[in-house]
Amino acid sequence: MTTPTRLPSPYEGPNSGASLADILERVLDKGVVIAGDIRINLLDIELLTIKLRLIIASVDKAKEMGIDWWEDDPALSSRARRQELSRENAELRARLERLEATREEEELERAHSDVRSAPKVERGRGEAKLERARGEDRSEGVRGGAEPERARGREKRERARGGKEPP
Amino acid sequence: MTALRYVYALCFPLGAPLQEQMKGIGGAPTEELEHHGLVAVVSDVPEEDFAETPLKAHLEDLDWLAATARAHQHVIDVLTGVTTPLPLRLATVFRDDSGVRSMIEDREDDFRHALERLEGRVEWGVKVYMDDRQTDTAEDNITATKATSGRDYLRQRHTRTMAHDELWGKAEEFARRLHTTLSSHAEDARLHTPQSATLSRAAGRNVLNAAYLVARGRSEEFVELVDRTGDDSPGIRVELTGPWAAYSFTGLTEGET
Repeated sequence: MTTPTRLPSPYEGPNSGASLADILERVLDKGVVIAGDIRINLLDIELLTIKLRLIIASVDKAKEMGIDWWEDDPALSSRARRQELSRENAELRARLERLEATREEEELERAHSDVRSAPKVERGRGEAKLERARGEDRSEGVRGGAEPERARGREKRERARGGKEPP
Repeated sequence: MTALRYVYALCFPLGAPLQEQMKGIGGAPTEELEHHGLVAVVSDVPEEDFAETPLKAHLEDLDWLAATARAHQHVIDVLTGVTTPLPLRLATVFRDDSGVRSMIEDREDDFRHALERLEGRVEWGVKVYMDDRQTDTAEDNITATKATSGRDYLRQRHTRTMAHDELWGKAEEFARRLHTTLSSHAEDARLHTPQSATLSRAAGRNVLNAAYLVARGRSEEFVELVDRTGDDSPGIRVELTGPWAAYSFTGLTEGET
């Protein structure tokens, strides 16, 4: 899908539909840089665009947040920088805890399914032998028992490959 | 109130006067300041907004920044309709006309070369988006059957990742091909950093953000080419903006004096 065809023509105001992001990208980032009499540190503008990219969801959001958001910006305020560090610390600690909890859970889960499936295979085979002997077709039980082994092996391999699609 | 001079763009003298008075920042009428065969398009801006300290504060105010950027872009747009302007970066401000004149003298060769190189050309912006929602829907369907074990969970997660990777790969390949095609129909091309969805509020993930320099006379063809290539790929969206002044192709962004 593309936007309707717009062609260069005088006085049309062709970019009235351009988003603020498109406009800011060009008027702040591109265009000829000339040092005027009013020296604003161009780094400030570059910093600003980076901040816009990272932080600001939208102009509306910015209004919601209050226009003073930069006061809490670590790039502009050392107080904010200190706060940022301790916040980041806390966040990392929390993440670590979550990760460890998840891993324990997964290990527990794996241990359980090992316990569950290992004897099942034996029982399945045993039953199958028994059932064949009885002339009954219960081969489904065999597949049901062997399948988890194969699946787990595949998943381990996939994990080792970083979750990429198997060939 | 003291006024400062805000410069929007440089161009060669206009062949004919503008049909209507252009309005710049704060609704101030723009003027053409001619010097050494070059024209600086300028307007008055109040010192209380554009002196160093207030300007710095203003630049952090998104409402002010948005309004100023749009006013700046409006002037560039109107100029693009009648000539090939060399757009300046936002907030290029001088004390008075003599400051503007000496700036022109300092770099007039650079400006002239750039203007000659860009004459009769416009910039088209092309962005390719990958529609994340497609894989998200698939995700919802899968999570509807709740994982009963860690193994099920991993398997489901793997399926999701694969669906996502597949679309991502498809979008990248699509973007690569589109960029090659469009580049061959343009005089020059620039790849810009993809826009973050949070800033642009556009749906989907931006995988290509490119600008193409195209002669005005070949623009219709270029636009049709973009229209044609965008249609037949589900989950991928192509967005065209322009015509812009040749912002991305001035070649003078590093030439700060």
